[in-house]
Amino acid sequence: MRTVRVIPCLDVDAGRVVKGIQFVDLFDAGDPVELAARYNAQGADELVFLDITASSDHRQTMVDVVSRTAEQVFIPFTVGGGVRSVEDARRLLRAGADKVGINTAAVERPELITEIATEFGAQCVVVAIDARRRPAPDGDGEGVAWEVFTHGGRTSTGIDAVHWAERCATIGAGEILLTSMDRDGTRDGFDIALTRQISDRCPVPLIASGGVGELDHLVAGAVEGAADAVLAASIFHLGEFTVGEAKAHLAAAGVAVRPA
Amino acid sequence: MIAVLDYGIGNLRSAEKALQHVGSDARLVSDPARVADAEGVVLPGVGSFGPCARALRDSGLESAALDAIARGTPFLGICIGFQLLYEGSEEDPGQPGLGVLPGMVRALPRGVKHPQMQWNVLDRVAGHESGLLAGTPDPAWVYFVHSFAPEVTSDTTSTCDYGGPITASAERGSLWGTQFHPEKSGSVGLGILGNFAREVANTRPGVSARPVTRRPAPSGTDS
Repeated sequence: MRTVRVIPCLDVDAGRVVKGIQFVDLFDAGDPVELAARYNAQGADELVFLDITASSDHRQTMVDVVSRTAEQVFIPFTVGGGVRSVEDARRLLRAGADKVGINTAAVERPELITEIATEFGAQCVVVAIDARRRPAPDGDGEGVAWEVFTHGGRTSTGIDAVHWAERCATIGAGEILLTSMDRDGTRDGFDIALTRQISDRCPVPLIASGGVGELDHLVAGAVEGAADAVLAASIFHLGEFTVGEAKAHLAAAGVAVRPA
Repeated sequence: MIAVLDYGIGNLRSAEKALQHVGSDARLVSDPARVADAEGVVLPGVGSFGPCARALRDSGLESAALDAIARGTPFLGICIGFQLLYEGSEEDPGQPGLGVLPGMVRALPRGVKHPQMQWNVLDRVAGHESGLLAGTPDPAWVYFVHSFAPEVTSDTTSTCDYGGPITASAERGSLWGTQFHPEKSGSVGLGILGNFAREVANTRPGVSARPVTRRPAPSGTDS
């Protein structure tokens, strides 16, 4: 049986959850561990922490968050942001993370994917891909392609996102976390064409991310996008929907999920 | 004390924390000499079969684990730690496992994504009493991350459906194993770890490991 996972994402800046605060101050300076426990209680299948702290002074802060989370939340969680070496990965895994997310460092030095996979197993290597639409260079398919961006979406790489995802799976990624930059923050739903292409061509599980504004978007990601997991942030942080409501909605649409 | 064998592989902290959460005195142990003092032993493992098998041997903990199993110390293998209990694995042909459970570890069926990285439901094997799964809800949802699993044998106590029936847990006496991660399976997983902690508590020196199965009194001998 194939079941789809529902994953709340927590952006963490210097040890506090920040995403969603541009709309409502609900979780301004929220404690990531408290929020993680709440989503766990709501039936979240996994959690993703994204360390968006600009300064490396706070690296230890994230390790502390991971360690405190591991003491009270007994579901899998991934930690990404700032992972640039096997040692960075080791620190987070030893603290209790199950998987590490790598993004920019993987593009700059793809061997890092293999190194972490060799050391700890492919199952703990999540390659995060930030992709943006562009006209297809050779006009194949539906005339659209997607380019990989790094450094939080600021740096164009010229790399084709679908090819990159396939390559990542070949060299040691256990999972792909795919964010559509065109949809992120828009609440218009996932980029289904992008999600579908990567899911069809990449043999490892795929987490769809970017654009969720309503519960039907989760269904579209799982069904039309064929994503193995759906990730959302603001709909949960703003209290619009609980994880339980999201899962009930997926189940009602015929998507197999672990009941909350 | 429950010894969580620390042989330098991945995230062992979560197994330790989850066992502590259910009230047991679990500690990461890397010194083989300390395993002999343990009332229960947990062998976690992530990654792949060969590197885990070699790391376990190089750490000196392999023989300590085998001794504990031979003494009947309650023993729980998790994920690769479970697979290591078998004779070997298709993942690393030529690399022997501990061989304390008969059978081989096989690749998941074709036609499904590898790894299985998701929650799935346990299907109990009928007629097989399970201390490990006692009191778990039906359906019981647990978290899997794996591309290989032990073949289904007479020790198998539950399976999950992933392109066919896949071994999810096995038990032989006080030797238990789970292909899924109980330490990452929320309240269901904590219940399973609680069962193991209870098994450990009931096996303390001087206390019988399991309720002794009494043979029915022969009839007609009371005259």
